[in-house]
Amino acid sequence: MIAISASFARRKAVNVVMLSLTGVCTLLAVSVLFFILGYLVVHGGSSLNWDFFTKLPTPVGESGGGMANAILGSGKLILLATLFGIPIGFCGGVYLAEFGGTTFPFIVRYVTDLLNGVPSIVMGIFAYTLIVLGPRPHFSTLAGGLALGVMMIPISLRTTEEFLRSVPQALREGAMALGASKSKAIITVVIPAAVQGIVTGIMLNIARVAGETAPLLFTSFGNRFWSPGWDRPTAALPVMIYTYAVAPYEDWHRQAWSAAFVLLMLVLTINVTARLILARRGHSRR
Amino acid sequence: MSSPSTTVHEARPGRRASPFARLLLTGDEITYLITLVSALSIVVITAMLFYELFINSALSRHKFGWDFLFTTTWDPVAGQFGALPFIYGTLVTSALALLIAVPIGVGAAIFLAELAPPKISDFFTFLIELLAAVPSVIYGLLGIFILVPALRIVEPALRATLGFLPLFQGPFYGVSLLAAGVILAIMIVPFIISISREILLAVPADQREAALALGATKWEATWQAVVPFARTGITGSIFLALARALGETMAVTMVIGNQPKINTSLFAPGFSIAAVIANEFTEATGDLYLSSLIELGLVLFGLTIVINGVARLLIATTSSKVAPQ
Amino acid sequence: MAPSNPVRKTDSPLLEPRVPEEAKAPVPSAPKLLASKMNFFYGKFRALYDINIKIHTNQVTAFIGPSGCGKSTFLRTINRMNLTVRNSRAEGEILLDNQDILTIELSELRRRVGMVFQKSNPFPKTIFDNVAYGPRVNGLHRKGALKEVVEKSLHRAALWEEVKDKLHESAYSLSGGQQQRLCIARALAVDPEVLLLDEPCSALDPIATSKIEELLFQLKKDCTIVIVTHNMQQAARVADYTGFFFLGKLIEFDTTRVIFYKPAKKETEDYVTGRFG
Repeated sequence: MIAISASFARRKAVNVVMLSLTGVCTLLAVSVLFFILGYLVVHGGSSLNWDFFTKLPTPVGESGGGMANAILGSGKLILLATLFGIPIGFCGGVYLAEFGGTTFPFIVRYVTDLLNGVPSIVMGIFAYTLIVLGPRPHFSTLAGGLALGVMMIPISLRTTEEFLRSVPQALREGAMALGASKSKAIITVVIPAAVQGIVTGIMLNIARVAGETAPLLFTSFGNRFWSPGWDRPTAALPVMIYTYAVAPYEDWHRQAWSAAFVLLMLVLTINVTARLILARRGHSRR
Repeated sequence: MSSPSTTVHEARPGRRASPFARLLLTGDEITYLITLVSALSIVVITAMLFYELFINSALSRHKFGWDFLFTTTWDPVAGQFGALPFIYGTLVTSALALLIAVPIGVGAAIFLAELAPPKISDFFTFLIELLAAVPSVIYGLLGIFILVPALRIVEPALRATLGFLPLFQGPFYGVSLLAAGVILAIMIVPFIISISREILLAVPADQREAALALGATKWEATWQAVVPFARTGITGSIFLALARALGETMAVTMVIGNQPKINTSLFAPGFSIAAVIANEFTEATGDLYLSSLIELGLVLFGLTIVINGVARLLIATTSSKVAPQ
Repeated sequence: MAPSNPVRKTDSPLLEPRVPEEAKAPVPSAPKLLASKMNFFYGKFRALYDINIKIHTNQVTAFIGPSGCGKSTFLRTINRMNLTVRNSRAEGEILLDNQDILTIELSELRRRVGMVFQKSNPFPKTIFDNVAYGPRVNGLHRKGALKEVVEKSLHRAALWEEVKDKLHESAYSLSGGQQQRLCIARALAVDPEVLLLDEPCSALDPIATSKIEELLFQLKKDCTIVIVTHNMQQAARVADYTGFFFLGKLIEFDTTRVIFYKPAKKETEDYVTGRFG
């Protein structure tokens, strides 16, 4: 009797200990987020000023200036990447979800997963060999946009396919029974039914690519000035953070914090919005 | 059939009569073609990726052969390039990262999937998934200005307790394999948590219920019934996290010290494959230098493909256990 | 027509006689649909065996039979929805107004032969856009004409009064029975000559069911109706003709009265008296 209750007491104790331990692990993990946010808000947000958004970087060594060109540069890069990567991933996703088959879709999915696992720096090498290393070797916005665009393809394909598949077959049949051809049914019924999920997928994709640095290091490279057009090297926000952080100038460190704060706010806002939309969608559908 | 029906009928003849419309492919065929070409292009792009890496590393591959992977010298001036210091650095930092991140990550996943009430679990998971979205360069920034100084403070204590191991000997300047390992750990924990949690949630309820019905405590049911069932999948998630760690560039290069030397101590600075590419690519003078860097990229590409492949296999095995039909 | 089998007496609750309709025998006219030797295969499995059937114009024809007997499969060959099933094959001939349906362009066929499904499947669009979908897809875009068509179809589906003030709300805001009538309105919007209904009331409560059955009486004036039902009482209530399917074969096809009172085949009698199924 005593032995059994002692053993049970021990088991109960173990239960409590493990519950607490795993809970501590969770708290540890989550606290990192608050720590990062807090530190960036305090350190980066406090030194953020209007100059950051409107001025160009000052000559090396001088303090002051801003990152206006980097903000615009990032914008252009993301635009290029989206124009290149989303349509390919989207149309590929439509193919996999609507036209099916067994071997070819399997190969496409396998290859897409492969592409998704490629480290971003290798994507940079890829864009470098294709564009920078071409007839007239030069760093360019185009090369950076290509590297980021290829990175967007796998996620675009996967989310498109997943959300299209979640549209019930009954809707497709309903459309076709009314005389719509297969492609008409896809365009007028299936895609609109999945559009919320697909759009949030695009948002998350953009947020991910907005923070990428490695592939840009030797494609769009960097620029202390404006970069008109698409053919010249351009500054980008994440690259500026890196360049300024590893440099020996205090003022640059301050600006790196500001930039990190802005970048993090952008990325987190998109993420939170997209996830909230997805969560609501789960409750409102019939 | 009364009047409104004729309006439907009227609308059609115009469409059918157009000869131009017959010339074009039908809507179905166009849609099929466009989507097919897109899907194909993904395969083509991936093939091109491999091709470009392979072709552009030809110079160094032919010069060094397989020795490239085992040479420890990285001397651009003398034209001698070997990958071993970077492979070493990559593997060591990733191993350290896993060592730290796996217990914490799996522990948290177990808590969130099995022990926490659903609302708390969902909320915390939401926060952790946000962590996964934080850009690498921001982790690097925090690494330089917070982690490295913190490690400098902690170092004497570490040296005092674990200094008998060669891992914790030698001079320490802050930027080191240790710092890189720790920052990587922080970065991969969210991945381990979110994937492992999903795998644990997918374990059929009857496993847990059978254990509980026999009088097991919540922890016992979890650890002895649920976790073993999900073991393969959790291992898969660890492999996925490993693949991510191998390819991490910015945070690593900002805290690892960027020294192409092999050193048994974690306190020493080192280098990883991704970090050296990031650092030296734009400074690479000469074709051999560039080719060697690209060959390093090829090595990294191969490594991540293999590890990702193993990971997905492991996760798929668990999924098929969960859905036996 | 005194029933010869004593079991029949207890079966009369099966029939709720609607005297005026039942009194006169339905007038046979030229068949709207004529199926000859229809066979259907899912891979190696043969689902239909040499179905020969005549569906009469502006009448309600019901297909009854136990689950999996091929009645839905056959229904779907009429508007060629069987094409959506991979690895399947249909053989035989179906004539619509004496024209082989294989020679009619697919979207035209499906405009002329409409379908309502077992579980209502309105699109995630407004009520108006749901009903307008068919006409739009078939080329009608003029706003005024669309409004007319939508209103008329909703009237024919006996749904207009309930939705006229909320045409631009989501279709999902309607109840189950209303959604099914919306699907009927949607099918009617392209003015079909034939309306196929695949167990349209199986997911509905009795009140919603009776509303739809009332509808069918009105609709058959302009439309040939074919309804698949596993509910014998429903077939007895609404159908002029009934076909009994069993294991992929059409066992018997005749006026509803004959099928339920004096079936020629033993299997039919066994089924309608409830011995199996």
